[in-house]
Amino acid sequence: MAGTYNKDDRIPTIKLTVMQYIIAAILVILVSGLWRLQVLGAQNYRALAEANRIRKVPILAPRGKIYDRDGRLLVDNYPSVTCFLVPEQARNLDADLPLIADGLHMQIDQLQAILLRYRHQPKYQPIPLRQDIAPDEQAFIAAHANELPELETIEEQRRLYPSNGFAAHLIGYVGEVSEDMLDDPRYAFYQPGDVVGRSGVEESYDPVLRGQDGSRDVIVDSHGRELGALGIEPATPGKSIKLTIDLDVQKAAEEALGPRQGAIIAIDPRSGEVLAMVSHPTFDPNQFAIRIHRNEWNKLITDPDHPLMNKAIQAQLAPGSTFKIIEAIAGLQEGIAEDLKVDCHGGAVFYGRYFKCWITARHTSHGITDITKGIYQSCDVFFYTLAEKMGIDMIAKWAHMFGLGQKTGIDLPNEAAGIVPSPEWKMRNYHQKWFAGETISVGIGQGALAVTPIQLVRALAGIGSGGVLKRPHVVFPDEVPADLKEYYRDQFPGSGDQNIHIDPANWQTVTDAMAQVVTFAGTAGFAQLQGIDFAGKTGSAQIVSNAYKASVGGGAKLNDTAWFVGMSPRRNPEIAVVVMWQNGSEGYFSARLAARVIEAYVDKERLRDHNLMQVAAKANPEAVKPASPVPAAPAKDKSAPETAKPKSVGKLHHPRVAGAPPTEMAALWTSNLAHPADPQAKQLPPRISAAFSMPKGKTLQAGTFLLPPPPQGKASRVP
Amino acid sequence: MRRFLSYRDFDWTLMAFVVALSVISVLEIYSATLHTKFVHFDEKQMLWLAGGFVSMFILSLIDYHILLDIAVWAYGFCLVSLVAVLAVGTKVLGARRWIHLPGGIHFQPSEWVKLILIVVLARFFSNLSGRDLTWKDIFKAMALVGLPMLLVLKQPDLGTALTYAPVLLVGLFLGGIRFKHAAILCIAASLALVPAWYKVLKPYQKQRLTSFMSPDNDPRGSGYQIRQSLIAVGSGGIWGQGAEKGTQTQGDFLPIPYTDFIFAAFCEEHGLAGAIFVLLLYFLLLMRLVQNAQTAADLPGTLIIMGVVAVLIFQIAVNVGMVIGFMPVTGIPLPLMSYGGSSVLFTFLALGIVMNIRMSRFVN
Repeated sequence: MAGTYNKDDRIPTIKLTVMQYIIAAILVILVSGLWRLQVLGAQNYRALAEANRIRKVPILAPRGKIYDRDGRLLVDNYPSVTCFLVPEQARNLDADLPLIADGLHMQIDQLQAILLRYRHQPKYQPIPLRQDIAPDEQAFIAAHANELPELETIEEQRRLYPSNGFAAHLIGYVGEVSEDMLDDPRYAFYQPGDVVGRSGVEESYDPVLRGQDGSRDVIVDSHGRELGALGIEPATPGKSIKLTIDLDVQKAAEEALGPRQGAIIAIDPRSGEVLAMVSHPTFDPNQFAIRIHRNEWNKLITDPDHPLMNKAIQAQLAPGSTFKIIEAIAGLQEGIAEDLKVDCHGGAVFYGRYFKCWITARHTSHGITDITKGIYQSCDVFFYTLAEKMGIDMIAKWAHMFGLGQKTGIDLPNEAAGIVPSPEWKMRNYHQKWFAGETISVGIGQGALAVTPIQLVRALAGIGSGGVLKRPHVVFPDEVPADLKEYYRDQFPGSGDQNIHIDPANWQTVTDAMAQVVTFAGTAGFAQLQGIDFAGKTGSAQIVSNAYKASVGGGAKLNDTAWFVGMSPRRNPEIAVVVMWQNGSEGYFSARLAARVIEAYVDKERLRDHNLMQVAAKANPEAVKPASPVPAAPAKDKSAPETAKPKSVGKLHHPRVAGAPPTEMAALWTSNLAHPADPQAKQLPPRISAAFSMPKGKTLQAGTFLLPPPPQGKASRVP
Repeated sequence: MRRFLSYRDFDWTLMAFVVALSVISVLEIYSATLHTKFVHFDEKQMLWLAGGFVSMFILSLIDYHILLDIAVWAYGFCLVSLVAVLAVGTKVLGARRWIHLPGGIHFQPSEWVKLILIVVLARFFSNLSGRDLTWKDIFKAMALVGLPMLLVLKQPDLGTALTYAPVLLVGLFLGGIRFKHAAILCIAASLALVPAWYKVLKPYQKQRLTSFMSPDNDPRGSGYQIRQSLIAVGSGGIWGQGAEKGTQTQGDFLPIPYTDFIFAAFCEEHGLAGAIFVLLLYFLLLMRLVQNAQTAADLPGTLIIMGVVAVLIFQIAVNVGMVIGFMPVTGIPLPLMSYGGSSVLFTFLALGIVMNIRMSRFVN
């Protein structure tokens, strides 16, 4: 059985003692390691453990809304609900699919295709099924929470812009911040994935409109599943801003320009406030609000008509004859033009070359022409002569003085500066000498001279205002928070406000001549407006030489740019309008477009005066009573005959009573603005308008929205 | 002669340390699996422990000299079972370590090989009748351990294969190796490591062996486990975050917190204080074992107990060393703490033999 072993055969005790010391030493080493981690490194590892388990989930701040000058809503946010499917939470996904498809109004194979696309991602990660789901679909998901635990919804705020590209260039759009932008110090505080304004007011006033995102601290496990919540830092919503834009004038300008390519700007020369700004062709910024499709984007950026370009501040074109106004005031101020009389024979020779007057196309001539006739008949020979007498340096000096060749400083991104040619300019850029003949071309607004519509309207309106030029702007300065005022001054440098001395006699001469332009003696007789003091100047600027145009056989794309700058009244105007119609051929075509905008403005101001009188006459006991909401009026009421006005007054124009309750008003842009430029004009789906907050107990009407009471400070705006 | 075993001679002190560690183990497994799909592992561990205690008591009644007698047969059975694993074993995670028997029983032969190796080596060194070891003895001992070691390496299971080495080392030390021979062996071993590193080890094994030195180089890859373990241990601080409150453990950041990394989970929830308490229990347990070795009736008794001591201290050193970043990740469980039947069974069977040796000390 068991073997026997010698009991005296023993291991020396010393060896076992050595083993004991080795064991002790090993354990001491282990304790020292624990000490290093748990005592010396405890704080560090504690922080690492916290970083492991706590995730910051952002709470997105809603962006500020954008209103027109009367407080009518232009840009809103709407809560958009996206439906997700979490495969992990499903009991039997395949069996649930028919019910899900039915509730979300989708096809089963459509659902299966989505699931197939996401089959490789972990089961706990939500799969987006549909964005922007309708209220009844939301209700379906809520009602089936028990049967379909795999369905989840997430609500986020999306931007809702006017449809059909209305004022799209002015307002701009939002998008995810790009890699390039993150390198810009302006965007230092942005994270990748943040939504920022990428164009227009959305970009330039992004610091005001964007709020401060909040965050939620959640506890997660190593797979990112949420285990619980710690704390919430609420989001601060962005500040809403009020534009100087007048929705009625903007609408008139949109409709006036219609399908034509070009731009219309209406400004109030007394303050520089922009009343309307239109650039066509346009685009639909709503496409950008929900991640624009690659094909749509490519179409926009490769379109030869540059639909994304805001032509009102970015197109740099020869001003043509509209420049003659600047030249005339310069010539008069310099004492050269006043007594100048030129005999126009349909052309004249300067520096050995024959320069034609436009009138030769009508086989006649202007005959003896003075400064007044030179303006209203736009006689080229008169201004060739004047330019020759003034010289290029003097012309350039005055053009600069009126803000050409430099940015105006309008508070919109990427304004262009334009070009005022001069000998130094040519030497600097082309290393060539100035030819005297070029001065003659500049004299009628041709040659290298290039202006933007905003520069031109500011300059001519400034002359109409007796030499007072304002910095144009689209947001009321008092809408800008004090801490950002300096930022905006630096951000949009330009010529700003200018006061140019103009002799009253000269002022009268030029403005009277401009008023004659829109009589049948002038170049834009058909643009005259009954009962409205209207003045302006036409311009037709060649974009290629006549010889070249003939050589390629013409074509509408090479037609002249048709300019018109008009204002009302002729002196100290309240409104000035520039129309730039690309390939529109003749300035007097543009003049009729400008006339429609001015008419819309004047009509509205007359209504407003009337309205104010009514409110005053009603006397106070009733005026403080809340005005009962009036149903939305069709926008066309505005141009209704005089007799119809009292009926529509209360509907269209906000009674300017301080403390008035919110009033429903017509939001013109939702009234299916027939936009000829976009035959397939899309309407926003009706469910989006249903998402707006409505007072309880009221029925929702298409195109009606809630307006806040007007701020008190603005009541005295009408002079 | 040896019929008068009495439970009065049973080592109740040793038993107390074992029970204490087992209770801590069950509580920590409960905490570590609380919110996972392994939620009832603490109860399963209690069943394993119950089985372990029963086996221990049974084995403590069997004279260890019988074990010594059948050691040769057992050794042969070992080799057969290891070959069988390689031939018909189930492949789990790329390694054949398990044999499945009808009736849902599956086991890991490499665990009981440890126990049999301890007995075989004790018998081998006892039969040398006290003289110093010759080269021939040394090579015989190395061959005895080397053969099963190679078979286990082939599975491959580096961790378990390595636990056979301390049995050999302690056997050689206590068996009477000469200092000169020991020095030569050390030099030869370190020289042999170089080709072994390049030829024998698989790339993932090498990566596991090196990543512990710089876990931050690749925090998402092979360094992930070490990194999460360090964070768990370190964030425990002195007093720990409390039971069921360790964020690394409960958040599933710590890998397998109920087996290999159970000590990290324990350190996170009970801090340095708890860790020192557990290490102190291990220290007392091992000291008690060495004491038992010293009072054993004969040489094989001493050698068996010291073999058990060697395996236990090696596993403690490697496992705790891994958890605190001193050692590579080798998959060696912490005896009496980690969840798992094979490991529990080995420990308690080994303790059963120890008990028998202790109870036999006055028996003539």
